[in-house]
Amino acid sequence: MDIQTWTYLIVGITFAIYIGIAIWAKAGTTKEFYIASGGVHPVANGMATAADWMSAASFISMAGLISFSGYDGSVYLMGWTGGYVLLALLLAPYLRKFGKFTVPDFIGDRYYSNIARTVAVICAIIVSFTYVAGQMRGVGIVFARFLEVPIELGIYIGMALVFFYAVLGGMKGITYTQVAQYCILIFAYMVPAIFISIQLTNNYIPQLGFGDTLADGSGTYLLDKLDNLHLELGFAAYTSGNKPMIDVFAITFALMVGTAGLPHVIVRFFTVPRVRDARISAGWALVFIAILYTTAPAISVFARTNLINTVSNMDYAKAPKWFKNWEETGLITFNDKNADGKIKYVGNEKENELTIDKDIMVLANPEIARLPDWVIALVAAGGLAAALSTAAGLLLVISTAISHDLIKKQINPNISEKKELMWARIGAAAAVLVAGYFGLHPPGFVAATVALAFGLAAASFFPAIFLGIFDKRMNREGAISGMVTGMLLMMFYIMRYKLGVFGETTPDQWWFGISPEGFGTVAMAANMTISLIVSRLTKEPPENIRELVENIRHPS
Amino acid sequence: MSKKFDSYWRRNKRYLFILLSIWFLVSFGFGIFFVDELNTIRIGGFKLGFWFAQQGSIYVFVALIFIYVKLMNKLDKEYEVNED
Repeated sequence: MDIQTWTYLIVGITFAIYIGIAIWAKAGTTKEFYIASGGVHPVANGMATAADWMSAASFISMAGLISFSGYDGSVYLMGWTGGYVLLALLLAPYLRKFGKFTVPDFIGDRYYSNIARTVAVICAIIVSFTYVAGQMRGVGIVFARFLEVPIELGIYIGMALVFFYAVLGGMKGITYTQVAQYCILIFAYMVPAIFISIQLTNNYIPQLGFGDTLADGSGTYLLDKLDNLHLELGFAAYTSGNKPMIDVFAITFALMVGTAGLPHVIVRFFTVPRVRDARISAGWALVFIAILYTTAPAISVFARTNLINTVSNMDYAKAPKWFKNWEETGLITFNDKNADGKIKYVGNEKENELTIDKDIMVLANPEIARLPDWVIALVAAGGLAAALSTAAGLLLVISTAISHDLIKKQINPNISEKKELMWARIGAAAAVLVAGYFGLHPPGFVAATVALAFGLAAASFFPAIFLGIFDKRMNREGAISGMVTGMLLMMFYIMRYKLGVFGETTPDQWWFGISPEGFGTVAMAANMTISLIVSRLTKEPPENIRELVENIRHPS
Repeated sequence: MSKKFDSYWRRNKRYLFILLSIWFLVSFGFGIFFVDELNTIRIGGFKLGFWFAQQGSIYVFVALIFIYVKLMNKLDKEYEVNED
């Protein structure tokens, strides 16, 4: 069987599983649709959270990103895992005790204000749409490369599938498909990693393999070899970074706090039965995430070494098949500047003849390492699982924001259970269409996904929820002014320095030397400062709110 | 009643302070601020600072959550605020 047959087979089987689960887990009530009736086992919720969390970016792009940035890539590894410590210790148990359906629910009730609720809804929708557009694009790219269909068709297929199980099953359907998707994506990620680890270092465990000696018996450590290759070709040493320390700090911090504040991750902790389940569930989620996140830097090192060894000084005419395949997609480009027919891959931009998109490092890795065809097909199925599971979680946030936080809580509180469920489905369906549209016509802000989604979550939700639990004196005025300040400041910074809306800018103009990716840290600090000052200058929250805070602070 | 909760909450905050200090130390401390100093130490093929930034901090994060769960389950029982 060739790669394509394998891919159709494996992707087909996984899709059949998702559809089967969706039919089995059809939601009958709003409680099932929003939080799977709060009856999900903590380990299952941990797995679902891991799949929800690990997006197309984690699966496809992250190892490649680290591959090209070496030590600097650590910001993603620490940032996207460290947030779970904050989530488990500072937010999840208390939000579970509060026990409603959504993040705007908490903000609206805690700050006794529909304005606060609406601000939260707006943040949730911006964050989720920014994020989901990237997922749909990811689905399209995987389809295009592995099944050789146009990107557009791939996006339609992905939309149809998500539509089916998100609209039908709501949180219940999504949770159990995410459990399946986690199993598929982690298997697909680990198999090639283990294969290549054995090839390069004779070590079965990739996490140890990339710190081991080479399999060729030379006794040289893999990382030393890679550092030397880098220096020879004029790149910075792999294990040392280029970014200034303040920016590394700010990005890591913003990603951590942003992770803890992402609404589609937070709602997962409403689905477990008890407060103690919410705590341990966050632990399981991080275990499942850590399996991939500790493997990713190993893959980065393996892929980088293999890539340099394969393409550096290679005769273009003798390039392997994968090279030509990816060239067709435009993700690899070769420009023979000195016309010697050889590929010159060096750090000096004027002489360098090869550009490689970071996104293909994971996808092309098995081919570069000449692994069996079924492994390559598996990677395609894993990439799709990662993108679809995240997309579904985000779509649910958007749909509940509409049916629950806007319609039920504000526009028509007397709406019947059946009508509300119908609106939730309409919301999900509309969200799928909008997400698909963004996937087909990626707007400029998709490029700013990381900065915008995480920055906004860090600058708006995290401080509002954290202070809502830990500061009894925090009131409506403080929280709203803080959230609005954080959100506007963040959006301004992204527009100014990432999207160039107000004209060209250079990194020298960044405030405190902090990039847009790390600016969430500053915006969060601004939010907290404003919240604390304004709350102390205005009326304290009513008695029943202080009782609410008292109540969520302990499980019973 | 309220005294009991106050004391429970203080203990919780003390755990949080200790655990989050470790959280900060292994990631921002070892992985970022002191990475160059730690990189002079090697364990196998890994420079220690690089290892903390790309591996070690993540393992510690996982451990921290499970330690917190253990501490809090015990504390809940002690103050009779547990759910079963």
